[in-house]
Amino acid sequence: MLEIDIQKRLRDFELEVKLDVEAGQTLMLVGDNGCGKTTLLNLVAGLENPDRGRIALDGKVLFDCSKRIIVPPEARGIGYVFQSYALFPHMSIYDNVAFGLRIRRMAAGEIKILVKEHLEAAGLWEIRAAKAANVSGGQKQRAALARALIIEPRLLLLDEPLSALDVRKQATMRRELRETIRACAVPCIIVTHDLRDVASMGDQACLLEQGKIAQHASAEDVLSWGLGADPDGER
Amino acid sequence: MSQNIACDQTELIAERETANRDHEFIGIYSRLARASLKAGIAVLLIIAMSFIALPIIALFLKSPLDTTLQSLRDPMALDALRLSLTTSALTTLIVVVMGTPIAYVSARFHYFGKEIADSLIDLPVIMPPAVAGIALLMAFGRMGIVGHYLNAFGISVAFTTLAVIMAQVFVSSPFYIRQARTSFEDVDVSFENAARTLGASRVYTFFHVILPIAINGLISGAIMAFARSLGEFGATIMFAGNFQGRTQTMPLAIYTAMQGDLDVSLCLSIILVAISFAVIILVRTMTRRVTRRC
Repeated sequence: MLEIDIQKRLRDFELEVKLDVEAGQTLMLVGDNGCGKTTLLNLVAGLENPDRGRIALDGKVLFDCSKRIIVPPEARGIGYVFQSYALFPHMSIYDNVAFGLRIRRMAAGEIKILVKEHLEAAGLWEIRAAKAANVSGGQKQRAALARALIIEPRLLLLDEPLSALDVRKQATMRRELRETIRACAVPCIIVTHDLRDVASMGDQACLLEQGKIAQHASAEDVLSWGLGADPDGER
Repeated sequence: MSQNIACDQTELIAERETANRDHEFIGIYSRLARASLKAGIAVLLIIAMSFIALPIIALFLKSPLDTTLQSLRDPMALDALRLSLTTSALTTLIVVVMGTPIAYVSARFHYFGKEIADSLIDLPVIMPPAVAGIALLMAFGRMGIVGHYLNAFGISVAFTTLAVIMAQVFVSSPFYIRQARTSFEDVDVSFENAARTLGASRVYTFFHVILPIAINGLISGAIMAFARSLGEFGATIMFAGNFQGRTQTMPLAIYTAMQGDLDVSLCLSIILVAISFAVIILVRTMTRRVTRRC
C-alpha cells in the first residue's frame, strides 16, 4: 500500500496531500493545469522532495521529514511513465526497455528473454532495432510502459499516458493500459485530464485544486463532478 | 436627364482609368523598389564575401605549391607545427576534462554565486589576449602572486611549454564550456528523471544518457576550443615568450618569419587556413546532425 501525507510550498500555493492507494488499486488524479498533479508524482518518485510529511510504500518509508529519511529515486523501485514518455532518443526500443535491467547487472541472456517477452506483449518486437525517436506516438507509449514494467516496480506512476495519442488510438490504448495495470497488482497513480480515462481505468479518483484534494470518490462517481465543479474546464 | 447619366458614366470611366494608371504606377514602383533592394543586398554580399575571400585567395596566389612544400621542410616551420598541434591537443583534452563537469553543473544547478562564476568563465572571450597574457604573467610569472611561491620550490611556469598550454586553456576554455552548457541545457530533464527512476545513479545517468544525447554539441565545442588554441597569439607571446621548439607556436612563427623568410610565413599561414576550413566544415556537419536529430 502507498501512503502519502506531505506538504510542499510551490510558487503560487501550498501542495498538501494525504491519501492512500491499496495494492492493485488505481487512483486517478484529475485537475486543472498547474494544480500540482505532476509535482505530486515527482514527490512520490523522489525527483523532488516535500517540505514536510511522510511517504511509505508497503510499510517501507521512502520519505520521512521528521526522521530525515530520503530514499533516492533510483532506490524506490517505482515505474514512472512520463507525459513525454522520455524514451532515450539515442537508444533503440530494445535498449530503452533493457536499460533498467542492465543497471541491475542482470545476465545478458536473462535480459534478452525478459525484454523479448515484454516487447512481444507490447507488439514492439518487430521494431526493436528502431531508434526511439523514429517510432509513432502509440509505439512510444507502449515502449515507455514496457520499460517501466520490466523492472517489476512496487508502484506505478503514469503522467497523462494517453494525451500524446490521437482520439482513435486512445480508446484502444485505454483498454490495453487497464489490463496491463491490473496484471501488475501494484498501487498505481494516473494523472489525467480526461474523465473517460477515469471512468475506464480508475478505481478511485481525486480532484486536485490549488494543491489540495477538493474531492475524493470512487471512479463511478466521477461523472457527477461535471455537474458541479468541472475538473476539466477545457472540455 | 440622359445627358447627365452619360456625363456621369464618362466621369466614372475617366476615374477608373486614372485609378488603373495609379495602380500600374504603384505596381511598377514597388517592383522597382524590390529589385533595387535585391540588387543592393547582392552588392553588399559581394563586397563582404570579397573582403573575406580576397586575402585568403591572395595567400594562395602569393605562395606557389612547390615553395610551400619546400618551406614545410624548414626546421622553424616543422617545430612550430609540431608544438602547435601538440599543445592544442593537450589544451583541448584539459578543457574537455575540466570543462564538461563545470558546463553540466552550470546548465543544471543553481548555486550561490552562479552568475559571477558564469561571467568569469565567459570573460576570456571578450578579454584582449594580450591582457590575458599579462594577467597570467602577474599570477604565474616568477614574481607573480602564485608564481612567487612556485619559484621558491624551483618550479618555473612562465616562458615554458606549460605556459603555452596555460595561455591556450585560458583563452579557449570558454568556447568549449559555453557550447557544452547549451548542449546540456538542451537535454530534456525528463530523460534524466526517467533514468533515475529506472535505477540509474547520477553518474551512470550522466555517462549513459546525458552525455550521448549532448555529444555532438560537446564535440563541436571541443573543435572550436582546438581551433582557438591553434590560433592563439597574444597571451602566448606575453606569457610564454617566443622560443623556437619550446614556446614558438605557428602564429608566433608566422610573425617571426615575416621579418626574415616570407615563404615560411606563407606556408604556415596556408596550413592554418586549411585547418580553419576543416574546423568550420566539421562544426557545421556536427551542428546539422544535432538539428536534424532534434
